[in-house]
Amino acid sequence: MSGSQSTKPHDGAAAGDNAVVLDLETLAVRDANATLQEKNGTEETGYYRLRNPRGTHALACGLDAPIAVEIDGPTGYYCAGLNKSADVTINGNAGQGVAENMMSGRVHVRGDCSQAAGATAHGGLLVIDGNAAARCGISLKGADIVVKGDVGHMSCFMAQAGRLVVLGDAGAALGDSLYETRIYIRGAVESLGADCVEKEMRGMHHAELRELLEAAGCHDVPTDGFRRYGSARTLYSFKVDNIGAY
Amino acid sequence: MCGIVGLYLKNPELEEQLGALFAPLLVEMTDRGPDSAGIAIFRDDVGADAIKLTVFHPDTDFDWAGLHQAYAGRFDPKARIEHHDSHVVLIADADAEDAVAWLQDQDPRLQVMSRGAAIEIYKETGLADDILSRFAVRRMAGTHAVGHTRMATESAVTTDGSHPFSTGADLCLVHNGSLSNHNRLRARLAKEDGIICRTQNDTEVAAAYISSRLSHGRTLHGALEDCLSALDGFYTFVAGTRDGFAVLRDPIACKPAVLAETNDYVAFASEYRALVSLPGIADANVWEPEPGIVYSWGGSS
Repeated sequence: MSGSQSTKPHDGAAAGDNAVVLDLETLAVRDANATLQEKNGTEETGYYRLRNPRGTHALACGLDAPIAVEIDGPTGYYCAGLNKSADVTINGNAGQGVAENMMSGRVHVRGDCSQAAGATAHGGLLVIDGNAAARCGISLKGADIVVKGDVGHMSCFMAQAGRLVVLGDAGAALGDSLYETRIYIRGAVESLGADCVEKEMRGMHHAELRELLEAAGCHDVPTDGFRRYGSARTLYSFKVDNIGAY
Repeated sequence: MCGIVGLYLKNPELEEQLGALFAPLLVEMTDRGPDSAGIAIFRDDVGADAIKLTVFHPDTDFDWAGLHQAYAGRFDPKARIEHHDSHVVLIADADAEDAVAWLQDQDPRLQVMSRGAAIEIYKETGLADDILSRFAVRRMAGTHAVGHTRMATESAVTTDGSHPFSTGADLCLVHNGSLSNHNRLRARLAKEDGIICRTQNDTEVAAAYISSRLSHGRTLHGALEDCLSALDGFYTFVAGTRDGFAVLRDPIACKPAVLAETNDYVAFASEYRALVSLPGIADANVWEPEPGIVYSWGGSS
């Protein structure tokens, strides 16, 4: 478990010589995850590299330390699920529910994602370089998601808090039954879901979008081309007194 | 749950290896469906002058030799029989409908799993790996195959209720999901098209509907498009015909699906992990089929 003295890399750059290599060709998922979880509950850093993921489910789940994990290849369901503090990079496509219920930290997918990316995530940042399929950010509870490609239908369904940024297009029924998640889309929106409406891009929205784009490494992307979508607040009992809860 | 897979070869040089390439896909989907497994494989096309039937009987000591002799006597002295564990393949110069009716007359427990020129269907209760071994699928050559691992929801765990389902010549369907309007559609197909479903299974009704559309002159692609308005429920379908392969997800895309295409093949699986053993998969074009969109290859005839 070397590498704990190094500073935490900015973007899951676990490629350094001091990375602990876990090869799933020979290691069981349970054992690989147990190794990744050894520093849970501490502030210790560490670099790990997972080889041969072969679309296996539940990789790098339940992490609770500021470690960096790089996964070389496609992952199955729920990769980096329940993530807290860790910085997980997937060099490939991700299966259903990547970073589902993330609490904090960062998950970066350098490929496409299957459906329900970032589902119910409470905090942290999910960056997807490619496209995300249906229901991206479903029931989002406070995390931020930046998708550099398109998102599929019913994205942000019943999303409660947090932000979704999409540089490409959004599929049908965007933001259906939305609560207080703010959605920024640069491309076309096939259709809006029930109670989701376009809203004005004010200065504060340009500012928060700028921050999100910078955090996702999209330094050259201007905020001007984006439209903002949010809840019309007719499907739930919105009370302005509770605005602090979102 | 259920797992479904399919492999359609574009490069004829791979045809010798179809079974060997296909088997790991189905095995990887075992935990999505441990109740039963089955495959439909298109191989050894007998052409227009003969009909190929895959036939099953639940008795392990059924007198297949006697049946073969009688079948040859009734239809074609050159009728051939091939044994594949609990199933046999009968090949003869016969009219398919007559042959199926004759088999039912011999023993109502004889079940014709498939009929056509190229299709063979093998299915049983149990785990995918065991079933692939029992039917020696890994040694089979062919052009395309679809498979299913079943976690039963709509009907009993029996050989009968296993997938794939075939309701017409050289047609097969595998399904992940459940249909909610299959009883009404079953009655309609019987009344309007005279297509009788043998089981209580919802997927058989969908297969029968596709057969009905094909018999009305629709292509496989068109028949699956028709499913979007005729079927209510959750489904990811993979359908195969003599020269065609097609995929359709319901308009909400409830059930998972991954397609991969290279110059050599088109592969389908419920999950990506089932595809990792295929040659060139790392560089394949991999995508999730869009909801309500038919994807098809071949199948013009």
